[in-house]
Amino acid sequence: MPTMTMIEAIRDAHDVMMARDDNVVVFGEDVGYFGGVFRCTRGLQQKYGRARCFDTPINESGIVGTAIGMAAYGLRPCIEIQFADYMYPAYDQLVSEAARLRHRSANDFAAPVTVRMPTGGGIFGAQTHSQSPEALFTHVCGLKTVVPSNPYDAKGLLISAIECDDPVIFLEPKRLYNGPFDGHHDRPVVPWAKHPLSEVPEGHYSVPLGVASIRRPGTALTVLAYGTMVYVAEAAAAESGIDAEIIDLRTLLPLDTDTIAASVEKTRRCVIVHEATRTSGFGAELSATVQEMCFYHLEAPIIRVTGWDTPYPHAQEWAYFPGPQRVGEAFRRVMEA
Amino acid sequence: MSDHPRLSLHVPEPEFRPGAKPDFSGVTIPRAGTVRRPPVDTAPEEIRDLAYSIIRVLNRAGEAVGPWADQLSDEALQAGLKTMMKVRAYDTRMQMAQRQGKTSFYMQCTGEEAIACAFQMALEPGDMNFPTYRQQGLLIASGYPLVDMMCQIYSNSRDPMKGRQLPVMYSSKAHGFFSISGNLGTQYPQAVGWAMASAIKGDTCIAAGWIGDGSTAESDFHSALVFASTYKAPVVLNIVNNQWAISTFQGIARGGSGTFAARGHGFGIPALRVDGNDYLAVYAVARWAIERARRNLGPTLIEYVTYRAAAHSTSDDPAAYRPKEESEAWPLGDPVERLKNHLIVKKLWSEERHTQAVAEVEAEVIAAQKEAESYGTLHTGPKASGRDMFVDVFKEMPPHLRRQRQEAGY
Ligand SMILES: Cc1ncc(C[n+]2csc(CCOP(=O)(O)OP(=O)(O)O)c2C)c(N)n1
Ligand SMILES: [Mg+2]
Repeated sequence: MPTMTMIEAIRDAHDVMMARDDNVVVFGEDVGYFGGVFRCTRGLQQKYGRARCFDTPINESGIVGTAIGMAAYGLRPCIEIQFADYMYPAYDQLVSEAARLRHRSANDFAAPVTVRMPTGGGIFGAQTHSQSPEALFTHVCGLKTVVPSNPYDAKGLLISAIECDDPVIFLEPKRLYNGPFDGHHDRPVVPWAKHPLSEVPEGHYSVPLGVASIRRPGTALTVLAYGTMVYVAEAAAAESGIDAEIIDLRTLLPLDTDTIAASVEKTRRCVIVHEATRTSGFGAELSATVQEMCFYHLEAPIIRVTGWDTPYPHAQEWAYFPGPQRVGEAFRRVMEA
Repeated sequence: MSDHPRLSLHVPEPEFRPGAKPDFSGVTIPRAGTVRRPPVDTAPEEIRDLAYSIIRVLNRAGEAVGPWADQLSDEALQAGLKTMMKVRAYDTRMQMAQRQGKTSFYMQCTGEEAIACAFQMALEPGDMNFPTYRQQGLLIASGYPLVDMMCQIYSNSRDPMKGRQLPVMYSSKAHGFFSISGNLGTQYPQAVGWAMASAIKGDTCIAAGWIGDGSTAESDFHSALVFASTYKAPVVLNIVNNQWAISTFQGIARGGSGTFAARGHGFGIPALRVDGNDYLAVYAVARWAIERARRNLGPTLIEYVTYRAAAHSTSDDPAAYRPKEESEAWPLGDPVERLKNHLIVKKLWSEERHTQAVAEVEAEVIAAQKEAESYGTLHTGPKASGRDMFVDVFKEMPPHLRRQRQEAGY
């Protein structure tokens, strides 16, 4: 089976879907001729023509707004916002329009749009190339939110997203594009080719939305993570020697609460890790969910390890990023409690 | 099936992609000195033609001609040349510093130096620019210390932005340079608001907004124009049309509008189009627009026609989307060369003097760089403190941030 980077897997998902379904159209800033600043759509315009893959004006609300119109007409737009940090001009179109179109029209119209955007830090991108705004989407009823952590999932989940009849926010952790980064920024980058999840089947397959994956079975505690933090948690488990069960949520909404509850009931301890700022982050939702479902099984308070409640800094990037050391300390604290 | 012909989608494409030989002989460039200079209180509808032409002062022989000429003293012209040379030398050194791993990122303004450098000379203390990331010339022309700029690029212990911001995202209220946002277009309406505030308070200062050709597509661009138009805000709205927005040619943002300047017409805002590589023309047009604002006559939209000669940023390689020769083939020439030739024609400059000036400017930039590096670079030496991450989120640090700062060990 071929190995792929996350970028190649995402490109391949587009290719598979554009070949299968003429209604799939792909657009965004620098997405057409050049193939996107992260090259996730490279070659698609050349293969499928300018009417199916094209560059747009720099106007995020226009990108999402036109995609909604197209989707309502019957197309399946898969659009790119160049960085998640630049989705704010499109927020009204996402929140007031895409998310509610089906409900407010009593199922007369719908907006099956997939909105891809690179998310997260770790590339010295500072406050406008590093944000993780997933909680701004999960808080909106009517949007599904997906965060893949590896090439196999990225392709399968993107195919599911494009096939989904509702709008899907697809957040791509940019620090994972070229390798499974575990937070050890001072070590050489490990390429995807060395990771089993870089083996990506050819052609069509899907990874269902709403199903988490247990990435490391364990007995001591449960880690709820997604995106880059899956690898940070793996590093923390290896380095602390604590037998953590690491769950890669993959889809934040709908959330796989069965997998979460089964694990926490088994381990009786829970650590939640995300890169986004802490207050009202998705970790708060996870913590409340675990408490509601597993209160009588818990032996320790749930701990969140997150980015600080500050804009993402440039020079202080690694003081901000919740790396393996901070996660390992949380493991120890939750074991001692 | 209906009898109508089938529709098809129109997607604009630039004329030249890699592999093609760029040829701009079809582009009409008016001869220098041929565009009229109306009085500043002319009604916008009487100067609609100026949005479709190009105001130029320097002709091919290096002479300053026409109604927009003769506004700058000999000393000011010489100073202008040196400022542009300094900007270029600064860009070269910082680009190199990034390549050497001393910082994460850099953006040059090669080929566009005349626009910011000349515009700044037409402003007065108290006026405020709302720049994009490609207007380092404003800061340098205003006399802001190169060392401070470099400390920002290095995110070091003396970084005025305390290590928080991406390199080139400067800020200096004292130098009339509003804090740069990475989000495109957001500051265009803010410039209008600053100008409205000056009018509300009955002050005399004005504001200048800056935006790239690509970013005029943002909704915020249109928000700015409607507010400026309605309240006749004392603002100059600048569009730097350098032909490219990363890999996207200007036609994607411009669409069916003949020029970017013409966008002003629907708002009743007078619009001028100027040769952005002509220091004298930029200065003259800036003066005109600033005088209009100062006399409470309202906003002006200016399109500077130029070319982004370098890559978009250190993360970009333009060879993937435009012919390598396009920059050379671009018909408006190089702003530094053009002003230099003009000074030589006026006998205010010589090749020898130029060589000497290049060396002087380089020595100044290198000395500043040495000093800046003594305060650290992104990865070595003294650093911006982690503690600073928590400061300035609010004026006073709320308890939750205090706790987080403690937890982080600062
Ligand atoms: C809201 C927003 N969308 C997208 C981007 C990403 N981006 C940064 S620069 C750029 C191109 C801007 O081109 P232009 O306005 O022509 O300015 P130039 O770089 O040519 O000076 C893009 C798309 C951004 N910074 N902000
Ligand atoms: Mg541009």
